[in-house]
Amino acid sequence: MQKEPLFGKTLEELRQVALTLGLPAYTGGQVAYWLYKTDITSFDEMTNISKKSRTLFAEHYDFGVKAPLRVNQSSDGTKKYLFSSGSGSYIEAAYIPDGRRHTLCVSSQAGCKMGCLFCMTGKQGFQGNLSAGEIVNQLRSIPERKLMTNIVYMGMGEPFDNVDQVMKSLEILTSEYGFAISVKKVTVSTIGIIPAMRNFLENSKCNLAVSLHTPFEDERRRLMPIQHVYPLEEVISTIQEYDIGRYRRVSFEYIMFKGVNDTRRHVNELARILNKVKARINLIRFHPIPGTPLECSDEATIMEFQQALNDRGIVTTLRASRGQDIEAACGLLSTKELVKAQKGGQ
Amino acid sequence: MLHYPGSVRRGGSGPVKNMKKKLKLTKVKVSRQREIAPGVFVLSFPRIWDFTAGQVIGIGGHETDEARLYSIASGELDDEVDILYNINPEGKLTPWLALLNTADTLWVSEPFGAFASEPGNGWWIASGTGIAPFSSMLRTGLGAGKKVLHGGRNMQSFYFRDQFEAGIGENYIRCSSREDGPGVFHGRITKYLMEQPSLPVDEKYYLCGSAEMVVDVRDILIDKGVPFENIISEIYF
Repeated sequence: MQKEPLFGKTLEELRQVALTLGLPAYTGGQVAYWLYKTDITSFDEMTNISKKSRTLFAEHYDFGVKAPLRVNQSSDGTKKYLFSSGSGSYIEAAYIPDGRRHTLCVSSQAGCKMGCLFCMTGKQGFQGNLSAGEIVNQLRSIPERKLMTNIVYMGMGEPFDNVDQVMKSLEILTSEYGFAISVKKVTVSTIGIIPAMRNFLENSKCNLAVSLHTPFEDERRRLMPIQHVYPLEEVISTIQEYDIGRYRRVSFEYIMFKGVNDTRRHVNELARILNKVKARINLIRFHPIPGTPLECSDEATIMEFQQALNDRGIVTTLRASRGQDIEAACGLLSTKELVKAQKGGQ
Repeated sequence: MLHYPGSVRRGGSGPVKNMKKKLKLTKVKVSRQREIAPGVFVLSFPRIWDFTAGQVIGIGGHETDEARLYSIASGELDDEVDILYNINPEGKLTPWLALLNTADTLWVSEPFGAFASEPGNGWWIASGTGIAPFSSMLRTGLGAGKKVLHGGRNMQSFYFRDQFEAGIGENYIRCSSREDGPGVFHGRITKYLMEQPSLPVDEKYYLCGSAEMVVDVRDILIDKGVPFENIISEIYF
């Protein structure tokens, strides 16, 4: 029988584990130190814990840190790590260095259920939720771990469709006992599943990013089926209920699609709906994916769009395209791996 | 009286921060429950609000639960609301729902959502229990001009078959991936669509089911020249 991994448990859970094994609760704190503050990968290396206790842990639990299967490196320094998850599925994490800023983009699910038109991950269907350990492992197991300044939940999956494990992973990443990363350096991106978003807004101080992509309801429904259930207007009004800006940064992600969402009409409507929200818009160049009817807006249009938003008083940033030579579009690398594995299994 | 396994309220001085409830739930009494296929049920309760065919409601076992969303399968003017669901053995709610009997209570939200069908020619494409919103639309009188494609594993998977045969006639097409049967296309919905020499590009295509089905069907429709503006999808999550 497969043993339960210890990595990914909160401090409270580790204390409970220790008590269950007949050890003092503080042993849980010692284990947390070794799991989250060091590079060790086996119980034997936990040198301040008695050999007997280490044996007990090893008998009942798996350590739980898993090395990536492989890494693709872009000419611009971006790296994409591929991990296995569960039975035959794959997830990916992207490391994006940018001067003094080192960002890790983590996945929260293997595949995705949301079916957004522009997303490669959605094309591989849904294989399962990641555990908190599998989410945090994407940081713990890569060599750039100690360089990391920012963590963004913008990889595969919809974080708020796996909110319990995501919340747990946020605790481990931001707690003193864990990785002790500032909440201001962690951003969770969502398409706007309102109940889970409320949970996050009430119980975490990390930053929030919302996939917006068009301010018009009818257009957004075509791009993002979630709009039928949780419309953007309600997502924005929910965010407005909280004192954002004071404790956390809220931003809106906006992928630029040629002829679809890049007109002056869109600028005007964005200015109207974001009028009372202290938030910025991150413009993103679309990385084309196979079989999509969408194209990226041309450079001049993107620049005009950004300027027009800035002129309307909306703080707008334009993300640089990174890792285009290594399947940068989220989900592309793992989809290829999945297809390869499925062909191998036939 | 059945007690829902997740209905224990948090008490004491613990961090009960999540007090602003997401969906306000109202108590209703089950009027009937039918198992229409192995592990697939239609649960009914009296209608207490108006709704638009295609909308969803949140269902919980207790007022304070995180509600799960289900499409309404009954018509806008029906006296009772029907919910079609299958048991998810790993889930908490559906195994409990399946045990409910007449006069037992459950908690439901008001209807919401905007997955609505326009009148005129169009396609309703569903897999499994994704047929529920189209059942609601049909029972509301929106079936004229519609072609219905329903995908299922076997002959028992075509929930509400009688009403679709009566209401849609020959434009009701069943696609069975694992079982042959009279009048049934053998293969997935995707195979059926790929085998069509052409598809009308100016009609609306409404998709409901798993993300995998929605994404695969959408790709085929786009490949066959249907503009993405004419594809309206509802996903189950």
